[in-house]
Amino acid sequence: MRSYPPEIIGEAVLNGLLTGAIYGLVALGLTLVYGVLHIINFAHGALLTLAMYAAFVAWSVFGLDPYVAILPLVPIFFVLGYGVQRLVIMPASRGEDSNILLVTLGLSIIIENVMLAVFRSDTLSVQVPYAMEVVELGPMLLGFPRVVGFGVAFVVAAVLFVILTMTDTGRAIRAVAKERTGAALVGIDVKHIYAVTFGIGTACLAVAACLLLPFFYVNPRVGNAFVLVAFTIVVLGGMGSVPGALLGGLFIGVVESLSGLYFGESLGQIGIFLIFILVLLFRPTGLFGAKA
Amino acid sequence: MTARDVLPIALFAAVAAVLPLFVTQNTWLNFAVFTLIICLAAQGWNILGGYGGQYSFGHAAFFGTAAYVTAILQTRYGVNPYPAFVGGIAAASMIGAVIGFLSFRSGLRGSYFALVTLAFAEVFRVLANASEMTGGAAGILIKLDVRPANFQFDSRASFYWIALGLVTVALLVTRALERSRLGAQLVAVRENESAALALGVDALRVKLSAIALSAAITGAAGALYAQYFLYLDANIAYGTWISVEALLAPIIGGAGTVFGPVLGGVVLHGLSEFTKTLVGRIPGLDLVIFGVLLILVVRFPPREIPGLIRMWRGRR
Amino acid sequence: MIEPDPAFLSVHSVSKRFGGLLAVGDASFTVKEGSITGLIGPNGAGKTTLFAIVSGFEKPTTGRVLWRGEEITGRPPHRLAQDGIARTFQIVQPFAGLSVRENIAVGAFLRHRRRADALAMAEQVADRVGLAAELDKPAAALTVAGRKRVELAKALATQPKLLLLDEVLAGLNPSEVRDIVPVVRAIRDSGITVFMIEHVMQAVMNLCEAVHVLAQGRIIAGGTPAEVVRDPAVIEAYLGHGAATRLQASDDRRAGRPEGLNRPPEGSSHA
Repeated sequence: MRSYPPEIIGEAVLNGLLTGAIYGLVALGLTLVYGVLHIINFAHGALLTLAMYAAFVAWSVFGLDPYVAILPLVPIFFVLGYGVQRLVIMPASRGEDSNILLVTLGLSIIIENVMLAVFRSDTLSVQVPYAMEVVELGPMLLGFPRVVGFGVAFVVAAVLFVILTMTDTGRAIRAVAKERTGAALVGIDVKHIYAVTFGIGTACLAVAACLLLPFFYVNPRVGNAFVLVAFTIVVLGGMGSVPGALLGGLFIGVVESLSGLYFGESLGQIGIFLIFILVLLFRPTGLFGAKA
Repeated sequence: MTARDVLPIALFAAVAAVLPLFVTQNTWLNFAVFTLIICLAAQGWNILGGYGGQYSFGHAAFFGTAAYVTAILQTRYGVNPYPAFVGGIAAASMIGAVIGFLSFRSGLRGSYFALVTLAFAEVFRVLANASEMTGGAAGILIKLDVRPANFQFDSRASFYWIALGLVTVALLVTRALERSRLGAQLVAVRENESAALALGVDALRVKLSAIALSAAITGAAGALYAQYFLYLDANIAYGTWISVEALLAPIIGGAGTVFGPVLGGVVLHGLSEFTKTLVGRIPGLDLVIFGVLLILVVRFPPREIPGLIRMWRGRR
Repeated sequence: MIEPDPAFLSVHSVSKRFGGLLAVGDASFTVKEGSITGLIGPNGAGKTTLFAIVSGFEKPTTGRVLWRGEEITGRPPHRLAQDGIARTFQIVQPFAGLSVRENIAVGAFLRHRRRADALAMAEQVADRVGLAAELDKPAAALTVAGRKRVELAKALATQPKLLLLDEVLAGLNPSEVRDIVPVVRAIRDSGITVFMIEHVMQAVMNLCEAVHVLAQGRIIAGGTPAEVVRDPAVIEAYLGHGAATRLQASDDRRAGRPEGLNRPPEGSSHA
């Protein structure tokens, strides 16, 4: 194994943490949906792709800076997520686990290929003036957009925390997550709460998309790169755990960055997949078998 | 198996076998061979997913392994393509057994089994894309050497008949499974695992047999793909496209039925060809249609359609 | 303490802990070959856990289970079925997508590799439990009583030496109970030992030669049904308390009071 000077390793770790925060944000939406609806949303990656294209269009057509585009895209994607859950996933799956799996897979196929039909398979990116700016931290140089992404991801997590703990809707979401039947008995509209949760998860993706775009590219399959990573984080951090998603995101970001450093870019993701497989295989079965 | 069990399969094979006598354009035969390869991969998925209820999202792992092993045995070790073909199938089956052993022993099912199979397929894809053995990102090319002894034919019809033969064998295997002890136990495990255990069904062994058989059949599709197109790379062999195709056809055509995967495969690819002639070649459009169909089939299972129509009529 | 005789099935000092909860504590008893033996006890006494241990679905925390002199503690259920121990479930578990015939055949396949043999066996068993007319119906289409019979038939089709019945009479109306009691007796007469959890006391008195009483995870009494019913410990732990509650409840209803005095505090069932 090659050896690197500590500042290179330090930089890799820091960069991993920065990317990891955005991974955490992507995983946040996934884990929230799992924790409340108890479903695995296979369309999560495709919805991220959709959000990235939306941010791209906001920039290329309307001239909106991706960071500014967060403001219109969050409500749009909230409504989109709400509608998808309420009008597609719920009626089509009829509460069956395997059906949800297939319906969300179908959704991801549709979204991905509509993007392919509209934008073709070209890889697109935005040009923003700050794309190449760096933040100096001692001997280490960190990309400005990554630092922004890191900060905003934590702000979003904090906002989410406030929503979940301090608002009526948030309390209803947590009630439904804990005890669906009981929540329904005290008059909570469970279907509405499900859709709201899905909407919040999708809105998280809109933020993540806007944060990613200044230093990443977009193509119809870009979400796939994130979805397995997000699943890994969710499984690692504990299904349905919000802080777990953030911590898991940071951890996975570092793992990816370091394995990229040591094994090269193309093998970098293998570390993540292997962690994913190992965690799935060796966590106690009760945790996973229960809902199947 | 009785004559009544075999008759529909024989009928299907006979009707399909005469097709190349009428259709001689290469593009059509090409399309037919490709569709048959998909049908074969889907028949493999159907054993585990349809009869066993274990939904794999990573059958690419088996398709790709067989394809690569077939190709590598020929190009690197000079093995004759026929034994290489069998070697590919055996390798896929072994990979299936290993993945199955790891997942089923850990009690993974439902969404978690889907996720872990997807992850395995991705690991293989990344490895194949990086490894020297598989030709890395450049892929692997099987040398063109058109001789029947070399499993290469100058007429596409020959490949068509071979693909059809394999599909027919897979149909017979599926029917035999339906009529066998293993088949009954597999369905029992799908319907209720603990009840099956109480009746002496060794659920782990049954699921392992199913995944090994399933992987072998999907592997045969991969090996045939390699032999027909003579080129592979990681995104073809281990790409999510084939995992999705292998799952869509049986779900749309009827999972857990003998003819479901073939019906689904033909309907899907027929539909995609049809739209191509209708609106021209728009990339991704066929898959959009597949996705819509998938959701519709889940929402309105075909076996419930007569009831739905009755209900709709009654309401008016 | 009397050591249970090791004859057919014997359970030695079996305990099962779930976290801090002791579900079964130091339970010992035997089941004689050729008998119909009952296991009774109030709700939550640990009967189902004990059954799960004997049938291999749970491992005991401590203790041993012997089957014809051989230790089978913790042996998985499918191997126990192979060895001749079959069970039914309290909540019936038909294979929903399959016909009655195919449901029973899954059991029959344990000892018959060929489909024709397994199907023949299934028909024969269906006859014994009175399902001959329902063979081609989907299992999901049957009534509760019908599904109980399928549950029984599936287990019988494995050709067991010992049949564990988990509340096979629960959920049946009195006339359905009357219909199925002779079926259980006929099973024993065909040489299969029956060990049953049962709530329907009349059936227990009627069917069982021996009864073990489990209360709060412990075996508190054992003997013939007549002996057990007279046992003060049993009356105290099970019949007495249960009867008192029931009487109280019916008194309350008659008096028009909405709640019984012995009603558990609100919300405890949601915990």
